[in-house]
Amino acid sequence: MIYLDNAATSWPKPRGVAEAMVRFLDEVGANPGRSGHHLSVEAARIVYETREVVAHLFNAPDPLRVVFCNNATEAINLSLRGFLKAGDHIITSSMEHNSVMRPIRVLEQRGVAVTVVRCSGEGVLDPTWIETAIRPETVMIVLNHASNVTGSLLPVGEVGQIARMHDLLLLVDAAQTGGAYPIDMQSDCIDLLCFTGHKSLCGPMGTGGLIVGERVDVDRLDPLKCGGTGSRSEQEQQPDFLPDRYESGTLNAMGLAGLAVGVQYVVEQGVEVIRSQEITLTEQLIHGLAEIPGLAVQGGRDASRRTATVSFTLAGMAPSEIGLALDERHGILCRVGLHCAPAAHRTLGTFPAGTVRFGLGAFNTADEVEKAVEAVRCLAGEHA
Amino acid sequence: MNRNGHAVVVVFSTSHAMKLEKRLEAKGIECKMIPVPRHISSDCGVCVRVARADVEAARQAVEEIGLEIDGIHEI
Repeated sequence: MIYLDNAATSWPKPRGVAEAMVRFLDEVGANPGRSGHHLSVEAARIVYETREVVAHLFNAPDPLRVVFCNNATEAINLSLRGFLKAGDHIITSSMEHNSVMRPIRVLEQRGVAVTVVRCSGEGVLDPTWIETAIRPETVMIVLNHASNVTGSLLPVGEVGQIARMHDLLLLVDAAQTGGAYPIDMQSDCIDLLCFTGHKSLCGPMGTGGLIVGERVDVDRLDPLKCGGTGSRSEQEQQPDFLPDRYESGTLNAMGLAGLAVGVQYVVEQGVEVIRSQEITLTEQLIHGLAEIPGLAVQGGRDASRRTATVSFTLAGMAPSEIGLALDERHGILCRVGLHCAPAAHRTLGTFPAGTVRFGLGAFNTADEVEKAVEAVRCLAGEHA
Repeated sequence: MNRNGHAVVVVFSTSHAMKLEKRLEAKGIECKMIPVPRHISSDCGVCVRVARADVEAARQAVEEIGLEIDGIHEI
C-alpha cells in the first residue's frame, strides 16, 4: 500500500506520537488546569510544553499566545467570526479552502464586505493585486499559505509587508504548510496564524490552533465559545487574558501530548530538510506524471514554488474512477474531487469534476513515487 | 521578614503558572504547583509555591517573562 493522502492527513505518524498519547491516557489522564493535584499539574505541563514547541516552530512572540483549537477550521472561524463586524471589508484569494470561504460567506450576509482576488489559472497570486483591492474600510487580509488543491504557495511574506504598510491584519491559513514549509510569524508579518496538528505537524486529528500576534486587539477578538477555563472561577464573565479567553472547555490534552511529539520531530528533522526532501520527490512526481499522454498537472510545475501536493486530470477518465482504480488495483491511496475548495477549482478551470490529488509527506520515498507514476501510466494506457 | 516557610505566586491561569514554573526551573529556584489556598482566593486553579527566601528571585522571574500576576502572598 502507498499512502499519498498526506494533504488530507499525514500518515504514518513519527515514532513516539502514539506512545505519548497512550502514556497520557494510562499514566496522566487528569484534566489540565482544572485541579491542583499533581496529575492535573502534569497534564497542564504537557499542554504547556506543546504550546512551547509550537511557538518555537513558528517563531511566535509568546507560548501563551498559542490558543489550541480542534483544527485550522476552528481557528479560522474564531479569527473571522470573532473579529469582523458589519461594515468591515476583507480581502482574500480565489484559491481558498471552504474553511475560509464558508465563514466569509456567513459574515458577508451579516454586512461584512468581501473582495475575492482572482489568482491566475495556475493558482498564482501577485501581491499587488491584493494591494489594489484595499479600501478605507479594509481591516484584514485572509490568505491560504498554500493551496490544498495544487500546492501553489501564495506570497504570504510580501502580502504581510503590504498589510503592515496599510495597518491591516494578516490571517494565514497554514493548514497545508505548517511543518512542511518554513513559517516565521514575525518576519512573515503574520498576525493570526491558523494551523492544524494532523497534517505536516505530524500530530493526531483534533489538534490545531490559532497563534494570536501582538498587533491583534484581543478585546475586539471575541471568543467563539465561552465557559469554564479553570481560571477566575469566581467570575461569571469570560477571562480577558490569553490563552484562557479562547480556550473554554476541557482541551484535547491526549491529542496535544501526541502533537508535541509530532512537532518535536519536525523541529529535530528541520523544516528545511523536510522541505528539500519533499521538493525532490515533488519534482520526480511532476516530471513522471507530465510525460503521460493526456495527463495535465494543475498549477505551476516549479517544485520550489509549491508544496508536495500535486493535482492532475487525465483526459477521458473521471477523477473518481481513477481514485477507485488506484486504490483497488494498485493499493495507492489518494484523494479525488473538489477537496473542499470549489473556488480554487473554478480558478484552475477544473470545476466541477475536480482532480486527482497526490499529497506527498515526510515519509514517502522515491520508490513509492515511481510506483504511483507507473500506476497512473498503466491506467492512462488502458484508456488511451 | 520571616525567611522560613513558603510564599505563593498567584497567577491568572494554569498556563501562566506553567510559564513561570519553566523560568523558575531554568533559574534553579525550587517551586511547586499547588491549589490556590482558599484564604487567598476562591479561584479553583493552581499557584506557584516558592520558599520565602526566594520571593525576590521569583518576583524577578515574573518580570523577566512579562507575566501579569494576581499577587505574591506568604503562607
